[in-house]
Amino acid sequence: MMVSGDAELYRIIGLSVQLALAATLVGALIGLPLGAWLAIARFPGRSALVAALNALLGLPSVVVGLAVYLLLSRAGPLGSFGLLFTPTAIVMAQTLLVAPVMAALARQICEDGWSEYAELFASLGLGPWRSLCTLLWDLRHSLLTVVLAGFGRAASEVGAVMVVGGNIDGVTRVMTTAIALETSKGDLPLALALGFILLALVLLMNGLALGLRHWSLARHG
Amino acid sequence: MTELVILRQACVELAGRPVLSDLDLTLAHQPVTTVLGANGAGKSALLRALHGLLPLAQGQLQWPRRLRQAMVFQRPALLRRSVRGNLEWAAQAARVNASDAEQVLARVGLLEQADRPARLLSTGEQQRLALARAWLLRPELLFLDEPCASVDPASMARIEQCLRDMTNEGITIIMATHLLGQARRLSDQIIFVHEGRITEVTPAAAFFSEPNSAPARLFLQQALP
Repeated sequence: MMVSGDAELYRIIGLSVQLALAATLVGALIGLPLGAWLAIARFPGRSALVAALNALLGLPSVVVGLAVYLLLSRAGPLGSFGLLFTPTAIVMAQTLLVAPVMAALARQICEDGWSEYAELFASLGLGPWRSLCTLLWDLRHSLLTVVLAGFGRAASEVGAVMVVGGNIDGVTRVMTTAIALETSKGDLPLALALGFILLALVLLMNGLALGLRHWSLARHG
Repeated sequence: MTELVILRQACVELAGRPVLSDLDLTLAHQPVTTVLGANGAGKSALLRALHGLLPLAQGQLQWPRRLRQAMVFQRPALLRRSVRGNLEWAAQAARVNASDAEQVLARVGLLEQADRPARLLSTGEQQRLALARAWLLRPELLFLDEPCASVDPASMARIEQCLRDMTNEGITIIMATHLLGQARRLSDQIIFVHEGRITEVTPAAAFFSEPNSAPARLFLQQALP
């Protein structure tokens, strides 16, 4: 199917990658600074917040889908924007799923980094904002793994995407929802092809990240 | 002799546990003051309290004259950048000019390594880079926490030479070390810390010939058989 240039297949792959990348980007912009802030901030209730964030790692995706559905449905607070069953709704649901994952993993990495740098930053008189930025930049290669984990979750998401996207052909059909649909229809070749492509995509991203990490270790230590 | 720093009835706690108690210290301005004591006596905590990294649980810390300070830690905490990149970052963070970076690197013997990743340097080189980073900030007062704890003799000799150069430039040094030979070679005065208390502040020559406090005498007897 890949070789014969199946247009539908390419459209599904393209949309899947596009949406997963968008959700990963937005999730990283929220999750990484949030995780770094939780790593360096000290305030009452921090431990409870960290525990809650860690609990969100196991957030059921269908529940997220339902929450976004209620938010975007005609009677919901954002209903007037008409976003339900659009790619934007999918990105919103995927972002809600990946941001806590990235924040929780980033917090752990940044906390380790912070234990090494906290006194140096304090000695130099660095404020919280510059400390946070320096920490994120210095740990960028470790945090890339976190971003990849987020991409993996976004790309492989099916429950929430089905609920808020509706699996509309040519509009919101992505690889995971197409696999679910084709399997239920009994069209296993397309389902299998999509499954292999999804796997290959995640492997490719991981390979690239691993290569980048090795290069970075050799270059920056 | 001008006073450098005054501590009055100061206590320092770590995780709610007192690590330094009843600190009454008036420190005279001397080129090199060394904090000596056994492991866990509170040497590092004293340095951190003076530098402002550990708040006093009670008591007062007074600086008769405000001094530009820097600190070199036992673990050098280098960023994942080049040797030069670490210096430039520190200069930017402390809002000082980085134009002396190459000169400082030459003085610590790392100019040829300027473009190497800092974290791939040897332990001794990393510590010299940490020293260069502090030097670049042009401090008037430099705190050093066990600067030669795990470096080879060549690096130690280089670091000691740098410390002499610094004092010749007018930089005041307060250093914690467990290396008695180093303390003897570099120090002008000794602060002896025992179980979280300062037992004496004595000129170095007098300390090594006849310490005033019993814990210091015992410490020297055990360390210098």
